[in-house]
Amino acid sequence: MKQLPLQRRTLALLAVVAPLLALFVHVALRSGPLSPVPVTAITVKQRAIAPALFGTGTVEARYTYRIGPTYAGRVLRLDVHVGDRVTAGQVLGEMDPVDLDDRIRAQDAGLKRAGAALLEAEARSAFARAQFRRYEDLLPGGSVSEEMVAIKAQERQIAEAALTGAREEIARIRADREALLTQRANLRLIAPVDGLVIARDADPGTTVVAGQPVVEVIDPRHYWIDTRFDQISASGLQAGLDARIVLRSRSTEPFTARVLRVEPRADAVTEEILAKVVFTDLPQDLPPLGELAEVTVALPPLPAAPVIPNASIKRVDGQLGVWLIKEDDVLEFAPVSLGAADLDGHVQISRGLKMGDRVVVYSGKSLSAKTRIHVTERLTEASP
Amino acid sequence: MISLAGRDILHSWGKFVFTGIGLGLLIGVTLVMAGVYRGMVEDAKVLLDNSRADLWVVQKDTLGPYAESSSVYDDLWRSIAALPGVARAANITYLTMQVRKGDTDVRAMVTGIVASGPGSPGWPPYLVAGRQITRSHYEAVADIATGFKLGDRIRIRRNEYTVVGLTRRMVSSSGDPMVFIPLKDAQEAQFLKDNDAILMQRRRTAATPAFDQPALPGLLDAVVATQTANNFVNAILVQVKADHDPEEVAEPIRRWKRLQVYDRAQMERILVGKLIATSARQIGMFLAILAIVSAAIVAFIIYTLTMDKIREIAVLKLIGTRNRTIAGLILQQAIALGIIGFVVGKISATFAAPMFPKYVLLMPLDSVAGFFAVLIICVLASVIAIRIALRVDPAEAIGG
Repeated sequence: MKQLPLQRRTLALLAVVAPLLALFVHVALRSGPLSPVPVTAITVKQRAIAPALFGTGTVEARYTYRIGPTYAGRVLRLDVHVGDRVTAGQVLGEMDPVDLDDRIRAQDAGLKRAGAALLEAEARSAFARAQFRRYEDLLPGGSVSEEMVAIKAQERQIAEAALTGAREEIARIRADREALLTQRANLRLIAPVDGLVIARDADPGTTVVAGQPVVEVIDPRHYWIDTRFDQISASGLQAGLDARIVLRSRSTEPFTARVLRVEPRADAVTEEILAKVVFTDLPQDLPPLGELAEVTVALPPLPAAPVIPNASIKRVDGQLGVWLIKEDDVLEFAPVSLGAADLDGHVQISRGLKMGDRVVVYSGKSLSAKTRIHVTERLTEASP
Repeated sequence: MISLAGRDILHSWGKFVFTGIGLGLLIGVTLVMAGVYRGMVEDAKVLLDNSRADLWVVQKDTLGPYAESSSVYDDLWRSIAALPGVARAANITYLTMQVRKGDTDVRAMVTGIVASGPGSPGWPPYLVAGRQITRSHYEAVADIATGFKLGDRIRIRRNEYTVVGLTRRMVSSSGDPMVFIPLKDAQEAQFLKDNDAILMQRRRTAATPAFDQPALPGLLDAVVATQTANNFVNAILVQVKADHDPEEVAEPIRRWKRLQVYDRAQMERILVGKLIATSARQIGMFLAILAIVSAAIVAFIIYTLTMDKIREIAVLKLIGTRNRTIAGLILQQAIALGIIGFVVGKISATFAAPMFPKYVLLMPLDSVAGFFAVLIICVLASVIAIRIALRVDPAEAIGG
């Protein structure tokens, strides 16, 4: 009877101390640096992958026509505004002709004067011919001297030369006038193709230098994406591959496309390869030029090969490889050679792994060959 | 022989255990404080470990890229990669900023990594979910401490990034979680001004007569384009070939490329010795005070426990118990108290550690040292109590 309270007390003490000790041992061994590292594992499987390339670019027009005067001058009128559709040959505007019209009128007057001069020359020439004939008829009768006949012959030749001169003068003035008219026509700004006005760089009254564009017109039937791919991940990029374009403003609706060409020159400064990607069907409402677009180029699918997720690839002592899980959860580093990869993180292994090998995918810490591991299903709550 | 200490503890075990638990919580706080200090140092080291670099090439005369800002041209890595002894060289950028997700934002260190595939310098060495970055734009791998989940869309400056992978313990030296994004995006994010600033800059440039010449229509556009381009990175991470000494590779870069190069040991000195030095000393100071306070409290508790049973001790003396036995009683109790305290402290520290916003690293060696420190403090504290107990007059057992 006397022993019982003591025993009860001892039991109670044990009830407190024993779990405490158990917890302590658990804490000492299962947490902190001594605890095993949780990892997840995957078995290497044969799998075909469809690699793809990812790049970004901007929407550009394939053909841009910068229309402006060929001489310095002032813009007289401009009939089109940004967004207007224009047809080939349409007059978009005109440069100020300054004194060109006056000069054309002067040439007109000159032409008339030259006409008058021609009439005069013709009259002189007709008279000189008649005179010469008359004197020639009189010569056998001896009523005129031979010298007089020679003089008349010379006068006739001079009059004919003057006639030819007058005729050529008309041709010259006419050509001068033609030139002025051509110049006058050249002052008109004319659309070379059916197109869309995208810029109106000068308004009437503005003085522009020769070659400075006044209006920019693009061909709205030909848009492309000027795409840039990082050189490091652009192997296999070539013309004709299927692609997918996602515009920044319409990220939910991708457009089908195709690689038109890979530029022969890469960008050396930004270390990118440039390519032009065209829409298969141009969207109804055209995207604005310069809009950012994401381009995914699908490469031909590859035959099945051992595939691992890229999260399992590590570099240990300068070698790329994976951690193999051997018997009894012992780790062993296996150097591998990587093959093609797709954008979803699957990497083909060309050498170093065989089917059925168990490989560490995720780990709670960096691993080494001595790390104690503990294989679980997942390391985070939300991970797949 | 019966254990006097054991019997006495059993006599009022509740009081004893609860005193021990109270003491344990105090010891737990001390252990956590040591863990906070270790965690700070560990954060600095883990940043260096995770970058997987042997050498850091940074701007001349700077302590970059972590302790000071540094910028080097982004094509310099090519000439460094061609040096003998260099296995791999990769550009990297670091920018600590608020990363937005929906209406919330998280402080994170945005790290720009070259898209050269897993295992490259600067890449997260391991993941806990998802996959590594495969696209050269608009993908991110985030540390789990950011609270982001796979598939989340996060906003860095003006671009949205999809979180494709999660890591753990990828932090900056100040404990901010890291977010890895492709280098080109990071370069843009780092130097990209907001749209208003860009517009203002364009207007300013357009108002500069030298740039806006009517005779050179394309000049202004070209000038504006150069103003918005960025071809700088913060550092170049270099991995050295196995048979080369890092210092031997670093010397020609310092001498001929006129850049600053740090190796692992120097970088650690910069981070631990300069960057976190003051805050670490602050914590260290706090830890020292806490240890002294704990020791004082242990001493008081043991003293009070002894004083509580001074009458019983007098009785013991009266019946002729040897001094050794009485001293043993007090010493054993003090040590038992210390052990309970330490066990409770260790358990509470371990469970409390993950709740701290920054990393708390409880090192086993620290715990062992703590254990012996607790025992020594208990023994020293009991010495005072023993002296009092031995000096007690047996007459007190019967007298007032």
